[in-house]
Amino acid sequence: MEKIIQKVKNLSVGFKSQKGKEISILKNITTNIKKGETVGIVGESGSGKSTLALAMMGYVKQGLFTMGGECIFNSSNLLAMGNRELEKVRGRKIAMIPQNAGQSLTPNLKIGYQIDEALKLHTNLNKNERDKKISELLNKVRLPSPETIALRYPHELSGGQQQRVAVGMALAGNPDLLLLDEPTTGLDVTTQAHVLELLNFIAKDTGTSMVYVSHDLGAIAQVSDRIIVMYSGEIVLEGPARDILKQPIHPYTYGLLKSIPKLSLAGLPDSMPGSQPQPGAKTKGCSFYDRCNLAEDKCKKNSPNLEYVSELKTSVRCFNYKKLIEQKSEKQSNIKRNEKNIKINEILNLTDVSISYAKQKLLDQIFNKITDSNPTVKDINIDINKGETIALVGESGSGKSTILKSIAGLLRTKEGNIKFDQDRILSNDLKKRSSGDLRAIQLIFQNPDESLNPNHTVEEILAQPLKLYFGLSGEELKNNIIGLLEKVRLGKFYLARYPRQLSGGEKQRVAVARAFAAKPDVILCDEVTSALDVSVQAAVLNLLQQLKEDFGTTYIFVSHDLAVVRAISDRVAVLYQGRLCEIGPSKNVYKFPSHPYTEVLLGAVLEPDPDIKPKLVAEDIVEDKPPEKGCCFQGRCPRFLGDKCKNETPPWQIGDNGNAIRCHINIKDLEKKQNGN
Amino acid sequence: MATKTVSEFKKKNIYFKISEVLVTMASKPSGFIGLSILVFHILLAFLSPYLAPYDFKAIDPSLMLQAPSSEYWFGTDSLGRDVFTRTIMGGRIALTITFFGSLIALLWGGLLGIFCGLVGGKIDDVVMRIVDAFLSIPWILAMLLIVSLLGTSTEVLIPALGFFYGKGIVRVARAATHDVIAKDFIVSARARGHGNLSIIWNEIIPNVRDAILVEGAMRWSWMLLGFSSLSFLGFGVSPPTPDWGLMISNARGLMSFAYWAVIAPIVGLSSLIIGINLTADAFAKALGIDRSTKAPV
Repeated sequence: MEKIIQKVKNLSVGFKSQKGKEISILKNITTNIKKGETVGIVGESGSGKSTLALAMMGYVKQGLFTMGGECIFNSSNLLAMGNRELEKVRGRKIAMIPQNAGQSLTPNLKIGYQIDEALKLHTNLNKNERDKKISELLNKVRLPSPETIALRYPHELSGGQQQRVAVGMALAGNPDLLLLDEPTTGLDVTTQAHVLELLNFIAKDTGTSMVYVSHDLGAIAQVSDRIIVMYSGEIVLEGPARDILKQPIHPYTYGLLKSIPKLSLAGLPDSMPGSQPQPGAKTKGCSFYDRCNLAEDKCKKNSPNLEYVSELKTSVRCFNYKKLIEQKSEKQSNIKRNEKNIKINEILNLTDVSISYAKQKLLDQIFNKITDSNPTVKDINIDINKGETIALVGESGSGKSTILKSIAGLLRTKEGNIKFDQDRILSNDLKKRSSGDLRAIQLIFQNPDESLNPNHTVEEILAQPLKLYFGLSGEELKNNIIGLLEKVRLGKFYLARYPRQLSGGEKQRVAVARAFAAKPDVILCDEVTSALDVSVQAAVLNLLQQLKEDFGTTYIFVSHDLAVVRAISDRVAVLYQGRLCEIGPSKNVYKFPSHPYTEVLLGAVLEPDPDIKPKLVAEDIVEDKPPEKGCCFQGRCPRFLGDKCKNETPPWQIGDNGNAIRCHINIKDLEKKQNGN
Repeated sequence: MATKTVSEFKKKNIYFKISEVLVTMASKPSGFIGLSILVFHILLAFLSPYLAPYDFKAIDPSLMLQAPSSEYWFGTDSLGRDVFTRTIMGGRIALTITFFGSLIALLWGGLLGIFCGLVGGKIDDVVMRIVDAFLSIPWILAMLLIVSLLGTSTEVLIPALGFFYGKGIVRVARAATHDVIAKDFIVSARARGHGNLSIIWNEIIPNVRDAILVEGAMRWSWMLLGFSSLSFLGFGVSPPTPDWGLMISNARGLMSFAYWAVIAPIVGLSSLIIGINLTADAFAKALGIDRSTKAPV
C-alpha cells in the first residue's frame, strides 16, 4: 500500500454564533492524502474547501475552532500542536500556495530576497548554496533568466510570473505536501494553462503530494489524480478523477458538471435550482435535498452516509446513486438556444473607434492635436444587429471593457463614432446624450456586490430607473417593481431586503432586473457571470437568454471565459491589445479558429474532462503595450512570419464560413496548418 | 435562507434604527459610561437653573474664597460667588454653542467634501488647496481676529467655530466619498444619466453618512476644548456668565491656596469631553458592527 502522508480523521470545524450556538462548517471529514498523489478539492463558495485545506496545515481561521477530529501528519496531530512545533512543519513539510500571489509577496522586497528568507528559515544552506538554490528554484518554475528575476520587485512581474515565484518559494523547503488554494483563479486563460502544466510537471518531478483547492472543475480535471467534492461542509463524493468526471454518481456533482458550459457544445448549460444551505440552517436530512431531483422522503429525514462503491472505487453520500449509474450513458443535452434568423437591422455601429487613456498635453489640447499614436483601443469596426448577442472576448488588457464603457458613454472615444439605430451618432459626452439614448443602453456589471448600493433596499434599487425614465410613483411604481422581480424569478418578498441579505445569484438577478427596468434596446454585460458559482452562472445565463427572447434585447457580452461565450453568443469578436483579431459567427469561430490568437486562446481553455488536455501553442508573455506598428499579436504569435508581421498592419480576410480575420497568412493556409496540428 | 419570514426584511424606520444603534452603544461598558456622562451633562445644562442653590452672579465680598463646606459644596471664588452653582451652569453656553457649531461644521464640511470627491478634477484641486491653506493658519489666531472684529456674541461664535472645525471634515468626507465613488453602483447611476445632485443624495450620502457623523462627534469634543480655550483667553463669553473656561482663567491666579475654584470647572469640562469621546467611539463601533454581515442564525 502506498504511504499515507496526511490523515484527516472525523474533522469538524465550526464557529459560535451570536446566540452561542455551535455551528459547523466542516462536518466529520475523513480522508487520506497519499504520497505523490494530487487531490483536487472542489466545491462552490462556502462549501468549506479552503477551511479543510487550511486545517491540513494545522491552521484554523480566527473565529473558528476545531470541534472534533484530528489532522495527522507524520503521526502527530497538527491541530493539537503549539505554534513552535507548527513552525517546524509549515513551510518545511507542508507548504501553501495562496490564491493571489501578487498580494502574498511583500511588495518592497526583491524576489530573490524573499526566496532567500524562506531558504534561511527552512534549510541549513550557507549563503553561496542559497544563491545557487534561488536560481535553481526559479529555473524549476520556468521563469526566464532567473538571475534578473531575483533582483526584481513583485510588481515588476506579471500575475503568472508572481504565481510561479510563489510556487518556487513553496518548494524552497522541499515540502512533502503542497496545499494550493485556487492558485490559478484570476489568471488569464493562457497563463492558467501554463501554470497548471508547471504544477503537473513539479508533481511528477519531485513526487510531492498536492492538495489542489478550486471551484473550477476544468482546472481540477487537469491536475488531479483523485477528486473530493464538497457540499455544505461535507464530502459528498470522493474517488479517482477520471471516474468522477466521466461518471459522477452524486446528483450534486452530476448537476455541477452539467452546468459548466463546454466548448464542444453549443447552447446553454443546464442550471441547478436553489443554492447551498447556510451553515447551521439545516439540521436534518441530506444537505442537498432542496436542490436534488432524485430526492425522496427518506432524504428529508435521514442524512445519507458516505458509502464506498467498490466497482467505481468511489465514496458517495447519496441514497439513490444507483439511479445515476443506470442513466449513465445519457448524452449531455444542452438547452437549445433559439437561433432565429436575425433580421439585418443594425442597432449599433462602431466605426473606427479608438480610445486612449493617455492624458493630452495642454498645448495639444488647445490645438486639438491627437498625440497618442498608439491608443489603448484602435480601429474597432463592429456592426451590431438588433436582437443578436455579440461577445467581446480577450484576456485582461484586451480593451473589451474599455469598449463597453465608451458605448455606455462613460469613456470618451478619441476617434471614430458610435451610431445608434443607424442614424443617430451617440455623443461622446454622457451629459449631452438624450434621456432616450441613455435609457436605450444599460449596463450590467461583473460584481453585484459593487454594483448595488449596500444601503438601498431592492425596492429602492429598482425604483431608480423607473422613476428616472418613466416618472412612475406610488402604486404603479410598486407594481412595476414587483413585475420586474417576477421576471427575474424573485418574488415580491425581496422588496425590503438589502443586498447583503441576498446570495450572489440573487444579487445579480436584481442587477439584471435593474437593467431591464429601463426597457433598453441594448444591454452591455461586463463579465456578468465571472463572480458567480458555476451552478448559479448557468441559471443567470439561462435567465439572460430567456429575457432576450421575450424582449428582443441586444446583448454585448464581454467575457474572458470562452466556454460561456460559446454558450450565449451569436457572434464573437476576439480582441488582443485593443485591436480586433477576428470576428464571426460563434459556431464558426469555435470550429475553425483561424486567427493565431484565437487558436492560442481556445487551446488554453480547460475542460472538465481529463482526456482533453490544453494545447499550449504560445508563450504566456504579458505585453503591457500594443506594438507601435505591424500586427498586434506579433510578440506572441506561434506563426510569426518575420518583418512583414512587424511592419505592416495585416489586412482583413473573410473566410468561406463568414468569419473575418486580420492576419498576413492566407486564411486557407491557416486552416490547413491548424487542422494539421 | 428560505427559512426567514417576510417580516424580518421589513424596512426599518429611522427611529428603530436610532434606538438599535443606541442599544448597541450602551451594551459595551465604555459606550455605556460615555453615554451616561453625556446624558448627565445635557440634563444638567437644561435643569441647572432650577437646581442651582444660589444666584450665579451674586457677589458677596464677605464670602470671598471660602473652602468647600456643607453650605458651599465647592467653596466660593474670589468674588464670593458659589462655585457649585457656577460649575453646574458653566456647561450650558459651551454645549449650546459647540453643538450648533458642530452641526454647521458637519453640514458645510460634509457637503463640500462629498462634492469635491465626486466632481474631482480642477474644482477639487482648487478647493482642496484653499482648505489646506486654511489648515495651515493657527485657528486660534484667526478666531481671535474674528472675535475682536465682530464681537463675542453667539451669532459670531457659532458660525466661526463651525467654519474652522469644518475644514477637517472636508478631508474626511472627501476621502469617504473616494472610497464609494469607484464602486460600480455610482458608475451605473452615471450611465443611467442621473445628475450630480441625485447621485450625491441617493448613492453617496447613505454610504458616507456614518463616517461623517462619527467624525462630527469627534469634532464636537475638540470644539468644546477650543471654545473653552477662547473663554480662557477672554474671547468667549463675557462675565458674569458662568463658563468653565472663564472660571478657570479667573481662578488660576489663586490656585495655590484656593484650588477648589479651579478644580471644579476642570472636572466639569474634562468629564464632558471624555463623555463625548467615549460616545463617539462607541457610536463608530456600533455603526461598524451594524454594517458588517452578521453571522447567520
